[in-house]
Amino acid sequence: MGCPVPSVMGADDIGRAVRRMAHEIAERNEGAGDVILVGIHTRGVPLARRLAEVIGEIEATSVPVGTLDIGLYRDDLSQRPTTALAHTQIPVDISGHAVVLVDDVLYTGRTIRAALDALADLGRPRVVQLAALVDRGHRQLPIRADFVGKNLPTSASERVWVHLTEIDGEDGVAIEERP
Amino acid sequence: MNNFLTMEGLSKDELTSVLDLSDEFVEVLARPIPKVPALRGRTVAMLFFEPSTRTRMSFERAAKALSADTMSFSPGTSSLSKGESLKDTALTIKAMGADALVVRHSSTGAPWRIAEWTGLPVLNGGDGAHQHPTQALLDALTIRQHFGSLEGLKVAIVGDIRHSRVARSDITAFSTLGATVTLVAPRTLLPVDLGDWPVRTARAIDEVLDSDVIYLLRIQKERGGASVLPSLPEYVSRFGLTWERFARMSSDSVVMHPGPMNRGVEIAPEVADHPRSLVEPQVANGVAVRMAVLFRLLGGEAEDV
Repeated sequence: MGCPVPSVMGADDIGRAVRRMAHEIAERNEGAGDVILVGIHTRGVPLARRLAEVIGEIEATSVPVGTLDIGLYRDDLSQRPTTALAHTQIPVDISGHAVVLVDDVLYTGRTIRAALDALADLGRPRVVQLAALVDRGHRQLPIRADFVGKNLPTSASERVWVHLTEIDGEDGVAIEERP
Repeated sequence: MNNFLTMEGLSKDELTSVLDLSDEFVEVLARPIPKVPALRGRTVAMLFFEPSTRTRMSFERAAKALSADTMSFSPGTSSLSKGESLKDTALTIKAMGADALVVRHSSTGAPWRIAEWTGLPVLNGGDGAHQHPTQALLDALTIRQHFGSLEGLKVAIVGDIRHSRVARSDITAFSTLGATVTLVAPRTLLPVDLGDWPVRTARAIDEVLDSDVIYLLRIQKERGGASVLPSLPEYVSRFGLTWERFARMSSDSVVMHPGPMNRGVEIAPEVADHPRSLVEPQVANGVAVRMAVLFRLLGGEAEDV
């Protein structure tokens, strides 16, 4: 499935944004020595891996990457039928570490609220930060991102597509009017 | 999925997807805080009209690990002993605000009737000698964890097949997932008509010692299993998994039992406690598969956020 036009970020734009965010994460955490990147399924996971790779190059260190499925922590569970859960796997104990949650789109903030609850059950990080490739606004909770690839003003009637090569076969961000 | 009553009719894909979901709950149960808020505010009622320790406690543990509340009921202390009908009991518990019912009953089909009467999601915790679908799920999950897949495995089920709801559910689950199932029992403990069951039969446990899995069942005295046997020593001599027989099995094979075990009858004590006995993983996996089924029945899907 190709990205619907008009495209707001291409592969190069995403690459540059990821590199900048990686630098910012390393700067904020004074070298990323105790950073763990935790990608939220689905597209937060490849983004976390890309950030870890760049931070690893900059700081000549290896940054652990975990994956988090927030399906069991949602606040809308009673409203819809279930789907499968993806795998939650954090390779190290997060207690005392700086955890950077990574997601593709920051929108209502409810996913991040659920992710914070999930993290709290896994340990007690020293600090939790949030990295999002796209911040499209329309928050419903008091949540903000620490690292943003692109601020993308949208209307609630629009849909934001983020495509990543690892999952979709191509990189790109696009806005589409909801049918 | 509106009810979970039987293994019959589940496709390989459906069964696999429930086992995959169960794997995620195995991970949840291994966390420092083995509890998730998925079913907060929901109430699961346990209607066990027949005695049970492990199944009821396992369902309670599963419901609580999903943050659901539980209500429990045991026949000895309930109004059933004052003559209340099954239907009135079920409707009373529905009126108290239960969102799902786990039902165990000595009569085949009782969970179906209760599902009709109440309109609530019902999980079959075992009905008569008919079905015990969550047991089959936990058995399939345990085998899959150990061997990676059930495809092509040789599984022998030994013992009181006739009175066993575990055997009925297991046969369906194992064969759907690609295993070959052989039933081993005295004639009197096999069903009168095997019909179209996808199974082979053998006359003695010595014929199936080359199996990947030997699954042992106890003699169900409460369903009349003991009355059709000449004697227990004779049963052990042909159908018991003794240490000597266990020693002749492959070192890659495993032994399973749904419990409660009668040590020294169908299984030798040394075999039950051997590392190749999967009895403890079976019990642990029971909680995970019951979480998966409760989550399927009562949970919900993501909204676009």
